[in-house]
Amino acid sequence: MIGTLVQTPLYQWHVDHGARMVEFAGYSMPIVYTSIVAEHTATRTAATFFDISHMGRLRFDGPDAARFVDHLVTRRTADMPAGRVRYALVTNEEGGVLDDVLVYHLRDGAHASYRLLVVNASNHDKIARWVDVHRRRFDGQVEVSDLTNSWSMLAVQGPNAAELLASLVDCDLASLHYYTAAETRIAGKGGVISRTGYTGEDGFELIVGANAVVDVAKSLMEAGKNLGIVPAGLGCRDTLRLEAGMPLYGHELAEEINPLQAGLEFAVALDKPEFIGRDALVAASERTDVPVRVGVELSGRRIPREGAEVFLPAGASPIGGVTSGTFSPTLQRPIAMAYIDRSHAEVGTELTIDVRGRHEPASVVALPFYRRPSGRESTS
Amino acid sequence: MKPEDLLYATTHEWVHVAADESGGKVATVGISAFAVESLTDLVFIELPEVGRQVKAGESFGEIESVKAVSDVYSPVDGEVIEVNEVLRDDLERLSQDPYEAGWVAKIRMSDEAALAELMDHTAYQKQCADEAH
Repeated sequence: MIGTLVQTPLYQWHVDHGARMVEFAGYSMPIVYTSIVAEHTATRTAATFFDISHMGRLRFDGPDAARFVDHLVTRRTADMPAGRVRYALVTNEEGGVLDDVLVYHLRDGAHASYRLLVVNASNHDKIARWVDVHRRRFDGQVEVSDLTNSWSMLAVQGPNAAELLASLVDCDLASLHYYTAAETRIAGKGGVISRTGYTGEDGFELIVGANAVVDVAKSLMEAGKNLGIVPAGLGCRDTLRLEAGMPLYGHELAEEINPLQAGLEFAVALDKPEFIGRDALVAASERTDVPVRVGVELSGRRIPREGAEVFLPAGASPIGGVTSGTFSPTLQRPIAMAYIDRSHAEVGTELTIDVRGRHEPASVVALPFYRRPSGRESTS
Repeated sequence: MKPEDLLYATTHEWVHVAADESGGKVATVGISAFAVESLTDLVFIELPEVGRQVKAGESFGEIESVKAVSDVYSPVDGEVIEVNEVLRDDLERLSQDPYEAGWVAKIRMSDEAALAELMDHTAYQKQCADEAH
């Protein structure tokens, strides 16, 4: 079965570093090298290196590229200055989430402006088709190229990430603020660096040529050996993003869910004149009868997983369901995200969760579960 | 206990059978190194209650890891007479010493028929090799 999966250019590197490889969105990806908790802790305290080449990368060029991308996403992106990155949703006409994405505004070596869309691996084919359909209908000049296979992507995450990368990149990291990006040279190779990530920690994501990524990986590990860098897999990527309260497509996000009930109002510009799904989302913003995303914590040790039903303590019928759950290595207790009735979503509400046939006490808590210590690079 | 001398269930429990003073047969049950290693990052074990009657193939405990939860199945019929209480606070023993300090439960067997369903070490190793791919 493994033979039919797509391998990233770092496949052999992962195997050589002891990774356990698993199927993820059609790719063979490392889930863990040593232990999920060790890799999680290294991300919170030092630095880790992730292969995220499986994520999709679509580039938009042409005089109307900015306007076209703006038509596809929930947030204002046409007015972003070069070097900005924004988190946004791609929604369908009904306002359901097709994907959550990062939109980059970059300038290449010839100073030509372009947009880059980084999409989830599991949604790559769907979004590529969606983009193609809407480009044909679009009145304007835009050229779309799929860079997913020709370019690779890495994440370097953790409090030591900036120090580690400083000697390897040709740009000033002190002025590269959270959610900004630049074309630069990375370990001598041309690429894109952004101060972004999916861990709740300071960190960077790097896009480099597929034929250069193994060399870049070696350089990163060498530069980071005194800064505690270790390779990290999808296992801790999930525990890290959960602690950071970040949704994962296929769990907290789906075509049946709109971004407002997911708590992503900040990424939906309802006052934007036009984007696909806008009218449906304006209507949805008035509704109070749809479940909303909450964080829950449990005092016991048993962990609620996706699909576990949520109840009020004395309630006979469920008020919602768990979409992701794990044991938080930082908080040392089970945490989960769930969709529950809005009337019970207030922080502090006592709940029970049916964990494999037994009800475990739980309570609604504010997201995120974990916020990195202040003083480190913070949200802009 | 040497892994080579044990019997194994397809669900990765190991069994060691010995006679007690009264001539009855007591099965010591644990979880194989292969299973413990593939679980990684163990969080919690729920042990069966002493005195519980169990049937072979019945779930009588669970192990939570960061990534997933797994049932622990009794490989034999009988009564749980002792559980490894130390594991509640020191789950590391399970990963560090799965065949000695990491044992899970002792079951006084009411019937030995279920033993015939278990594998020897060679057959179990083959199963693990198949599962690894």
